[in-house]
Amino acid sequence: MIHRECGVLKTTYEADMALYPLPIAKYTVAALAVLFFGIIPLALHEYYLSIANLVWIAVIGALGLNILVGYTGQVSIGHGAFMSVGAYTAANFATRLDAPWPVNLLAGGLMAALVGAVVGIPSLRIKGLYLAIATLAGQLIIEWTINHVTFISGGVQASIEVARPRIGPYVLASQRAMYYFLLVFVVLAIVGTMNLVRSRVGRAFIAIRDQDIAAEIIGINIFRYKLLAFAISSFYAGVTGVLYTYYLGIANYEQFQIGVSIDYLAMIIIGGLGSVLGSIFGAVFVTLLPIVIRYAMEAVSGVLFSQATVHNLIPALRLTLFGALIIVFLVVEPEGLNRLWRNIRSYFRVWPFAY
Amino acid sequence: MKRYLAIATALMLAASSLLGAAPSSAQSKGEIVIGLQCDRTGATQIVGTVLCPGFHDYIALVNSKGGVEGHTLKVIEIDHEYKVPPGVESYERHKKEGAVIIGVYGTPHIYALQQKLTEDRIPGTSPGFGSAAAADGQRYPYIFPIAATYWSQAAAAADFAKKQLGGSLKGKKIAYLFYDNPAGREPIEVLEDIATKEGFQLKTFAVPPPGVEMGAQVLDIAQRFRADFVISHLFGGAPSVSIKELKRVGYPLRKVVGLVWASAEANIEGAGGFGVADGYYAMQFAGVGTDYPVLNEIREMYKKQGKPAPKEMASTVFYNRGVLLGAIHTEAIRNAVKAKPDGKITGVDVKNGFEKISNFTLGGLVPPLKITPQDHEGGGLVQIWQVKDGKFVKVTDWFAAYQDVVAKHIKEAGKKS
Repeated sequence: MIHRECGVLKTTYEADMALYPLPIAKYTVAALAVLFFGIIPLALHEYYLSIANLVWIAVIGALGLNILVGYTGQVSIGHGAFMSVGAYTAANFATRLDAPWPVNLLAGGLMAALVGAVVGIPSLRIKGLYLAIATLAGQLIIEWTINHVTFISGGVQASIEVARPRIGPYVLASQRAMYYFLLVFVVLAIVGTMNLVRSRVGRAFIAIRDQDIAAEIIGINIFRYKLLAFAISSFYAGVTGVLYTYYLGIANYEQFQIGVSIDYLAMIIIGGLGSVLGSIFGAVFVTLLPIVIRYAMEAVSGVLFSQATVHNLIPALRLTLFGALIIVFLVVEPEGLNRLWRNIRSYFRVWPFAY
Repeated sequence: MKRYLAIATALMLAASSLLGAAPSSAQSKGEIVIGLQCDRTGATQIVGTVLCPGFHDYIALVNSKGGVEGHTLKVIEIDHEYKVPPGVESYERHKKEGAVIIGVYGTPHIYALQQKLTEDRIPGTSPGFGSAAAADGQRYPYIFPIAATYWSQAAAAADFAKKQLGGSLKGKKIAYLFYDNPAGREPIEVLEDIATKEGFQLKTFAVPPPGVEMGAQVLDIAQRFRADFVISHLFGGAPSVSIKELKRVGYPLRKVVGLVWASAEANIEGAGGFGVADGYYAMQFAGVGTDYPVLNEIREMYKKQGKPAPKEMASTVFYNRGVLLGAIHTEAIRNAVKAKPDGKITGVDVKNGFEKISNFTLGGLVPPLKITPQDHEGGGLVQIWQVKDGKFVKVTDWFAAYQDVVAKHIKEAGKKS
């Protein structure tokens, strides 16, 4: 990831496909693990961990969407709805059956995968913008159903409270406990995605993205793999929804509206389609940037303007700056932050000898 | 390319250093921190851009008079664009800055923070929105609706319709025009109960989001169902559309009452002005207009500083709600500080302070609430104002209705989980 590799000669396919192409990468991963599991949660205030938790939730969701949009090339504007399917399934399992959280998590993910595969059926016949509209319809239908069917939504308020997850005698309530809880799933999601995209299934996805007719001709079952992509992506979305529900302690209709789907789409486009690292960058960027901008403006604007103006100015300018920065980053590198990161890497690889 | 990379690297470094150098909370002695969530840029910005300045102005007024028993109040406002994740982040930030009370804004936000507020023992307020069941102070000890919930609003609207239709609703037809989301549907169960009790026919008309298209529903109300009275529960831009459409099909607006989020100047102006909406009834949980002693004091304060009064004051419905909110928060803190004169109060103290609020009216701007450990709503009081001759005119004084029905539903909601 961040090494200056040299003298790496790959002689087998296995070596080329390895998760860690360099021996040193193992140490890097170990160092990252120490950083994220040890140093960050112990050194930082709960407030920063709460931001990290929001990032973790976004990372899992973005990874899932990237499998579908980035790797398989099927546009979806229904990610928020798939999250809500997972969330409400888990919430119902938790309140009606008193099931423990691992069961709810799995049930939420699987139910979302099922619904996602059904919503994905139109992808067999339509592509691109047409498919986007079909998934948009899926989003609206799911939203409508949760809003109106009280069996699912648990009443007209469409919100179901769930108890905090517990592991043995420990109740995971504080942000620090949640941090570890969510981080485990982030790691699973990252490793899972990395393994998926280098497997037969992942390569089939990429073949479909690049040219579906060609993919069909070389023997890929389009029907199966397109629906599989929808199912896997929705499984991630469902799990995200369940984790979000446990994080907040409640599943609520308004947490999963269409704006959420758009936000996730924005994350993977900014981060870079078809890359694991890009999903992470995108999720971090979209979640953190507004917060960073606000801090920066709070520090600066008080000097220039009166208090009342500042209150009005900060939110408006923050929104503008956020949009502007997205445009700037995409103009600088249309392929997203992941590509930008790779460019920086390859620049420093031979630094200071430019040629 | 190299230059771009340099810029990008510099930007990233700048961003990371900013995050590291975030201003730390230097909580000076005797300062009491209030967390305030706002929406000045999101879906409900017509509320936030006016309500929040009202809140700030009232707190500034309190501070200019020496604060609460000598302690200065500090408001930390955070805008969350009406999105849930930034709302969660803003709550954690408020907590970090030592806030002893949080003015939550938004129905999804109060739901999302419900469990956290209770665990952290910080009271949060949800004036005029959120779950009506949260009025139950035993079940939600740290949630304070402090204004009439949707259930109380609907009950009051039914009672008002009864008075307007000559004291009896028997055999009458009442149309309930609502925004088709959980908040819009929440009052239906209460209205249905009242319908059985009073013997009127209730018909509901859902307006799908985003609520700008309701020609069919309004035509149905006016010409097929022929409603005797309309209760309208809409949000955002939808109330303006409803007034316009009702006017267009010739339905008399003096037979329409809008609940609290369909009742601001902005809604009337959006419908084409006060002339068009003449006759429309608007429900309020704070006094309307400029004629209150506290507003004069705020104007006086600005004059002393040599500044003109803020333009937000002209939009009196939301501005006064902001003042009301600021005032009730201050009152709760005042009660807390009185119980603990050293001023080192916690969320628990403020919660107890809330539960001591009674008969605090601020010269008529605030209803005479009585908040108790059981009832966090404070009685569900509202006023009805009418659009008349280019302004809002008060029609009723503070009143609440069918509180037995509302109480029954709160109890049932408590039993359910």
